[in-house]
Parts: sequence; structure tokens; C-alpha cells
Amino acid sequence: MSANGPAAGDGATTTALPPAVTVTGLRAAYGRIEVLHGVDLTVPAGSVFALLGPNGAGKSTLLKVISGRLRPIAGEVRIGELTVGRTPAEKLARQGVCAIPEGRGIFPNLTVRENLRIWTYRGGITMRDVEEQSFAAFPRLKERRRQMAGTLSGGEQQMLAISRALVTRPRLLLLDELSMGLAPLVVHELYELVEGLARQGMTVLLVEQFVTTALAVADRAAIMVHGRVEQEGTPEAMGEAALSAYLA
Amino acid sequence: MSNFLQYTIFGIMLGAGYAIAATGLVVTYTTSGVFNFAQGALGMIAAFCYWELVSVDHVPVLVAVLVVVVLGGAVAGALVERVLMRRLHGASAERPVMVTLGLLVILTGVATIVWSPTTSRSVDNMVHGQFRLVGINIQYQEVLIIGVALAVAAGLRALFRSTRSGYALRAVVDDPDLLAMAGVSPNRMSQYGWMLGTMMAALAGVLLAPTQTSGISIAAMTLLVVNGYAAAIVGRLRSIPVTFAAAVAIGLAENYVINYVLPHLPQNLTPDITYALPMVFLFLALVTLPSVRLRAVGRLTTMRAPRVAGGFESIVAGLVFFVAAAIVAITFANTAFKGTTVLDLGGLIMSLGIVGLSLVLLTGYSGQVSLCQFAFMGIGAFVMGKVAGGGSVLGLLAATAVCAGIGALVSLPTVRLSDLYLALATFAFADAVATGFFADNHIYGAGGVSIGRIVLPGLSFGGDQAEFLMVTAFFVLAAWLVLAIRRSLFGRRLVAVNDSPAAYATVGLDIGFTKVAVFAIAAGMAGLAGALYGTVQGVVGQTDFAIFPGVIFVLFVTIWSIRTVSGAFLAAVTYVVLNQVWPNGVGLFAGLGIILIGRAASGLLGIEALQVRLPWVKGSPDTAGVRPAAPLGGPAMAGGSSRVAG
Repeated sequence: MSANGPAAGDGATTTALPPAVTVTGLRAAYGRIEVLHGVDLTVPAGSVFALLGPNGAGKSTLLKVISGRLRPIAGEVRIGELTVGRTPAEKLARQGVCAIPEGRGIFPNLTVRENLRIWTYRGGITMRDVEEQSFAAFPRLKERRRQMAGTLSGGEQQMLAISRALVTRPRLLLLDELSMGLAPLVVHELYELVEGLARQGMTVLLVEQFVTTALAVADRAAIMVHGRVEQEGTPEAMGEAALSAYLA
Repeated sequence: MSNFLQYTIFGIMLGAGYAIAATGLVVTYTTSGVFNFAQGALGMIAAFCYWELVSVDHVPVLVAVLVVVVLGGAVAGALVERVLMRRLHGASAERPVMVTLGLLVILTGVATIVWSPTTSRSVDNMVHGQFRLVGINIQYQEVLIIGVALAVAAGLRALFRSTRSGYALRAVVDDPDLLAMAGVSPNRMSQYGWMLGTMMAALAGVLLAPTQTSGISIAAMTLLVVNGYAAAIVGRLRSIPVTFAAAVAIGLAENYVINYVLPHLPQNLTPDITYALPMVFLFLALVTLPSVRLRAVGRLTTMRAPRVAGGFESIVAGLVFFVAAAIVAITFANTAFKGTTVLDLGGLIMSLGIVGLSLVLLTGYSGQVSLCQFAFMGIGAFVMGKVAGGGSVLGLLAATAVCAGIGALVSLPTVRLSDLYLALATFAFADAVATGFFADNHIYGAGGVSIGRIVLPGLSFGGDQAEFLMVTAFFVLAAWLVLAIRRSLFGRRLVAVNDSPAAYATVGLDIGFTKVAVFAIAAGMAGLAGALYGTVQGVVGQTDFAIFPGVIFVLFVTIWSIRTVSGAFLAAVTYVVLNQVWPNGVGLFAGLGIILIGRAASGLLGIEALQVRLPWVKGSPDTAGVRPAAPLGGPAMAGGSSRVAG
């Protein structure tokens, strides 16, 4: 809407919490095709921030840039004191940024246990801790620990993916379309876990197609359209705006 | 009985050597998703370096092994990953295959320059002596090879299945981005994988070198690990124990066939079968086993498809090309270049150009990688030489028809294969034909086959100029055919089957028929090209259509552009001219070229800066600069058009 930045849907332009992620004038492209055309966004620390918008709005691309998987062509992303852009994804991961990409963030040709072992690369955690915490949260994973992850059901795969956030305790969790292709009950279970993580102080930035699901857990939300943040505000204020953005 | 045991021990030893090479292939594939065609060549270089150190410089065996295998293998593997492979991320599925083939021809080219093929080099056993067991003599070298192979297989199995580094090495192929998000550098893991794989190649080369009783040779050592290819395929490029078992089984089968079957066959067939056996095993493994799920399906590899010339435009361009060739024929009628007349070279270029066009159709449009077009050329030339006295238009027709038929037969069992597996199957077919058929004294033999110039009733192409123009006319006709096919419904089917076989099948179209048809057409074109090549050259021999020249030519077409007629023609020019100027360096140029072109899907002609806007070709000025994203549909993938005339 505004070329100079997002409009504040609730009238407030800042929050009381210090920012965990600050995005300023961000532009990103796939080869010649520019997808983000100057995104400005502030995610307060300790909040659950929902990024909404129709297909092709650039939400997943924004998450890619924040997680270090896509280098921006202009603008800046800061995660606390860390400047994203030239920092490789693996370094960001070791600094406490946990991104769970769209379409199950697991290694399908590794067993459940082998996947969990990979999570220990983050450092400061043993395999025993990883197994204890993951299996406590998702007992079904324990039953399937010797099974190839690619053969798990969609919900179980997503549980395995999110167990990374559970055990590595990142300061920033990026979730891309967590509910994609899952049954409502499974989605509910996963989002309960996300809320639990947020209550422990973790900042969560999530991209979600299902507006009601996302707004139910979010403290703040923003709507992206055509590679820009169009509106930002409280979940209540964003509900109506999201509807018009999807129907536009 | 003692003979049987002796053959068994030797077979197991041979298989153990193959197993080391094969596990190297599995390691590289598991950790990078790339099948390393240069595995054999890396082993060959290691064997020659080992020979230099031990036989020439008298370095102790253990030191030489450490230097060549551990140090040399690790450094070479790291370099291959860093310099060649890392930049291919996101390239089309066939490009890593091409780059490893490029590395293969570079290494064999360098080896030919450094180690003269005429010198005999034999490598001593690393450990000497033997002992008797149940009545047979067993050499310590055989025990060493078997022991090392077992240790390597067990060690790698433990690494991949029981250690965190092993999991990360396997995970890097599944999803490198996700691995990075888990805090592990995918590049570093990939590099470790290549280092391990190359060390295995070097180890196989060093251990197998002493088994070459007549001394090590570049071609033999390079192709020695082809049995490793078959074993790796049986292990589905994943399982080290299955690969190991398959390698041992192949070693045994090879040794039993040589000792029990061949003595009962006519003597003149013995060398043919011996040489062709590895490729036969590979071909059988490929066509009988379920293919491994391929990765990287449906990737967008280029933003813009090459422009296809329209009907009128291609007719005008073809006529202009023919007139230009006529001017060349008049101007350079009596000119020679490095001992060959320009018109003869021109004839070779045109006939190879037709082979290039067959690759445009087969690989460029339908995405089927073929490394056996030179084999079809050789068959075509042979048919041409044997039908109606060798100078008849009937020979041309027969060459085309026979090759199209063989092409259809070869493609039938390979229909379900794609990318790497098709490349391997065609590689196996090409080498089996070259070593088992062309090398036979009754086929090409040492003297080759004479092919006369074509004479039609009332029309003779006996003169150099007439013959050059006749071959040029065939090239123009073939180009028109290829472009007409691309513009037709069948052409759109070819592109569709390349883009998404699944989507193609779901709309009710028959993938098998399309693949067999295009393979047969391309094989027929290559057969025709071989017949024309024969008429130009007069005599063709087995070396004209060997595996390496065929691979080198495919690389040149890929370098220029495997999607355009211009690319096929320029590849033929490059190949013929370089062969004339520096025959030993052709492979080096091809290998370096494919490495430099990197992941550019449309080759040199697809690079915008090198494109020339032809006056009659409509441009697409809107493609310059950065385009905004489509509002709702995500990235606009369908592109405009390049400005290279088809």
C-alpha cells in the first residue's frame, strides 16, 4: 500500500519488546526475477509473528533470506546483532536460527534416529537429550525410530522436523507452511507445541496459508502482497485485512 | 578341481579390486548425487603415478601408496569438488554427467601426453610370494587385495551407518539447504565425499595395476573399473555390502567365462568377448534392475528456451548455407590443410554435423543422454561399405534403416532409464560395439573397410566438389528435418516428455513410444552420417568410432549448444579442425570446455553476450533486465526467446 513501509493496522508502529528480527528495504530475486521489492519488517523478541498473504506474495522467499538460504540483492536483515546476507545458513543455524522449510524439513533417506543425530551438530546437546525430548513430545517417533523418515506419514514427518526446534532451543524459529497437507488435529497438536516454545521465550516467525490457524497463535501479524509488506498489526486487526488481501 | 579353485581365487581377487572402485562410486554418489564417470581415469592416473614412484624413482611401496592414495586422492577429490562440482548446483541433471565425462577425457588426454602409449610399463606386486592352500597356489598380492577390499567396505559401511559424520555425508544429497540449517556446511561434507571417493579410485588403480600382466595402459586401466560401474548399479548406488557382493560375483563370472566358456568358442571371438564382457555386465545390470529414484527431477534449469526457426526462415537459412558451401567448394577446390583437402574436411564436418543434429533431437529436445551415436556411425559406415559394392545410394538407405532398427532395439529395454542410467547404458553399448564388434578382424580389423564414392545413374559424386556439396545437402536436409520435428506435435511431445514424464503420462500419452521413436530416428541419422563419413574418408577403421572420440564429440555439441542446429554444426567444425591441428589435445579442449561452460544449459550459444542478432530474426527486447514477479503465479518461468537462429 505504502511505498515507504507497511501501514499499521492497529495504529501502533512500534512494540514495547526489543526487535529479534529487523528487515529494512529488502529486495531479493531468483536470477532475473525479483520477488521481494523492498520489504520492511520488525519482529519483536519473544513474540509469535505470522506472515500472511496469497500465493506468490514472497513470504517463503523472505524466510529464505532471513535463514541465509538466499542472498538479498539490496537491503538488510538483522537478527539481534547478527547481519544476515553474507552469513551462510550453517553459521546462522549455529547462532540460534532454526528454519523449518516448506514441505517437511527432514532427510527422507535417513532413519528417524539418524535425522535426530544430525540435530546434535548444533552443539551443546547430546544424542540422549535429543531422543529424550523428541520422544517425550512425540511418542510416535520413538516407535518409528528405525524407520526411514521418508516413509513416515506427513504429520510424523512434520513432528520430526519440528523436533529440531524442540531440542536445539533456538532464539529464532522460522516456520514455513507448517500445516501444509496435514489433518486439522495434527496441525492443532503442532501449533500447541509452537505456542509452548513461544511461552519459553523463543521468537517465532511463521508463514501460513491458513489465516485463522496462524492468527490464533500469533501476537502480531503482517500481510504481504506482491513482494511487499502491505499491513502490519495485531491479529485482530489483521483478520479482515487478510481476507481482502486473499480475495484481491 | 584345483583349476576351479584357482579360477575362483583369482575371480574373487579381481572382484575385490572392482569392489574398491565400485564402493568409491557409491561413496561419491551417496555424498554428492553425481555418478563419477572419471572414476576409472582417476584410478588410471593413480596407477601411473604409483608406477613412476615405485618403478622409476624406487620409492618404497608403502610411501608410494600413501603419497598416491591418501595424499593424491584427497587433494584431487577436494579439487574436483571445489573447481568442477560446486558450481553445478542447480544445473540440469545431465550436466554433472557431462562434466565427469569431461574430466575423463582430460585425464586420458593428459596421460597420453605424459606417458607415451608406446612404452611398456609393468607394475610389480606390492607383496611378493605365495602359499599353498588346499592344493592351490595363492599369492600374497591376491590376499592383500581381498583384505583391503573387505576392510574398505566394512570401514565405509561403519562410517555411513554408525557415525554422525556419515549421516551428514548421506544427508547432504537429500537436502543440502536443510543440512546447512542444521548447522553443517554442505559444501564441506560434499568435499569430504569427493575426497573419499577419489581415494577409493586411486586405491583401486594402485591395487589393480599389478594384475595387468602385459603392463598398464591408459585405455585398459581407465576401462578396468567399468565392472565396478556394474557392481555399483547392482548396489543401486547406495548399498556398500550389495555393491561389494556384486563386484565379487562379477569378478568370478568374468573369470569363469574366460576360462570355461571362451575355450569352446571360435578363437577369433575370444578377444572380442573378453573386451566386451564388462560392458555387457553393465548393460545387463542397467536394463534388468529397477532403476534408482532419480533426484533433481523437474528442476528449472534455464529461464529461456532456445528459439526455434520458423519453416520459411529455416528454408532460407538452409539455402543460404548451401550457397555459402558452394562458394567454399569453388574457392578452396585445390586447397589443403595439414595434409587433407579442405573439401574433404568440409565433408567430414557436414557428416559429423548430422550426428550433432541427432544429438540435438535426442538430448537437446527429448532430454535422453546418448553416448553411443558414434557406435551407430560405425555400424552405418560398415553397412555402407558392405552393401552394393560400397558406393551406392542403397548403402545410404540401408545404413539409415539398419541403424534406426538397432536404435529401436537398443532403446526398448532402456525406455525406463533416464539421465545417468541412460548415459551409462549407451556408454556400455558404445564400448561393447567398439571393442567387441568393430575390433574384430572380420568387421573392421586392422585394415578397415573401403567405401567408394556414391554414383547414381547419370549422376556421379566422384569429384571432390560434388561430393562435398552432396554431403552438405544431406546436412541441410537433416537440419530441416530436425527443425520440422521440433515445430511439429511430435516435437512438442519430445519437449514435454523431457520436462515432466509424469505429467506426460497422466494426459494419456505413451512415453515408451515417444522415446523409442526419437531414439530410432536419431540412430538412423547417425547411421546415415557414418555412411557419408565413410564415403568422404574412403576407408574407415575401428578407431574412427571408438568410445572416447564419441564422448568427446558429445561434449563439443554440449559446449556449443545441444539445443540448436548451429551448435551441432559448430561442434563438428571444432572437432574436425582440432583433430587436424592437435589430435592428442582434442580431449583436453572438450574437457576444459565443458568445465568452463559450467551449468549454462544452452551452452556457448545460449550465453547472451555471445549472441548475434540476425537481421531477419525478431528479437525479444523485453527479456533484458530484472522482471517483476507475476502477481499470483510465482516466478514467471516461461521465457522469451534467445536470438540464436535455430
